[in-house]
Amino acid sequence: MSNSLMRLISPQLVFAGVEAGNADEVIALLGNKLAEQGLVADTYVEAVIARESDMPTGLPLGEINVAVPHTDPEHVIAPTVAVATLTRPVPFGNMEDPDEKLPVSIVFLLALKEKDKQIEMLQAIVGLIQNGSLLEEMTAAADKEDILALLAKAA
Amino acid sequence: MKTKVVLVACGTAVATSTVVAMAIEDAMKAKGIPVTIRQCKATEVPSLAPDADLIVSTTPVPDNLGKPVIKGLPFLTGIGKDAALDQIEAALRAG
Repeated sequence: MSNSLMRLISPQLVFAGVEAGNADEVIALLGNKLAEQGLVADTYVEAVIARESDMPTGLPLGEINVAVPHTDPEHVIAPTVAVATLTRPVPFGNMEDPDEKLPVSIVFLLALKEKDKQIEMLQAIVGLIQNGSLLEEMTAAADKEDILALLAKAA
Repeated sequence: MKTKVVLVACGTAVATSTVVAMAIEDAMKAKGIPVTIRQCKATEVPSLAPDADLIVSTTPVPDNLGKPVIKGLPFLTGIGKDAALDQIEAALRAG
């Protein structure tokens, strides 16, 4: 499906079995990695956390729920995506119903710059989100190599 | 049939609304319904709604917009996507 997704997901930005107590911790952990690599501005993490509390990004999928935190392009230097599977699901608000909390097991932290140039990447991520068996395999993956292999196969 | 304007909204107007906009544009083209898609932030919906025929949003929007509002989440989760497309088609054909 998408070479563009695999081009944007670097092994340094894939994390298996992350331990986190809440959504802010997951966003900070992943967002700080993006900042360390110069892919986002110093303002990015705070902006994503603020947006997540205001307009959450949890997606109700049934068995394994996913969240796609992101923020305005002004905080982004280069488009990318970071991926984490969580050892224990962490509550994220439901995008459609922010007062409802969803237990989320996989997080795709999006750093988006110009919408027209990232259509392929976004569609690829939505394709992954709609692939229930892939999500299940991702949560069972032991390490980042396993996750990268699953993503490469699916994408 | 006159070209219909569909306002597609999400939190930032760059992420989820892009996917929803593409899906609606493709599906309506296939059904022979001419549409112009406008992407916006959910906060911009009240000011842009008067010029739209239909609003599709992945996040909550006010309910007194005077235009039909359809949930955009099925285009992200895949759950209920066909039903959402049917609703959109019906609203555009009726309007």
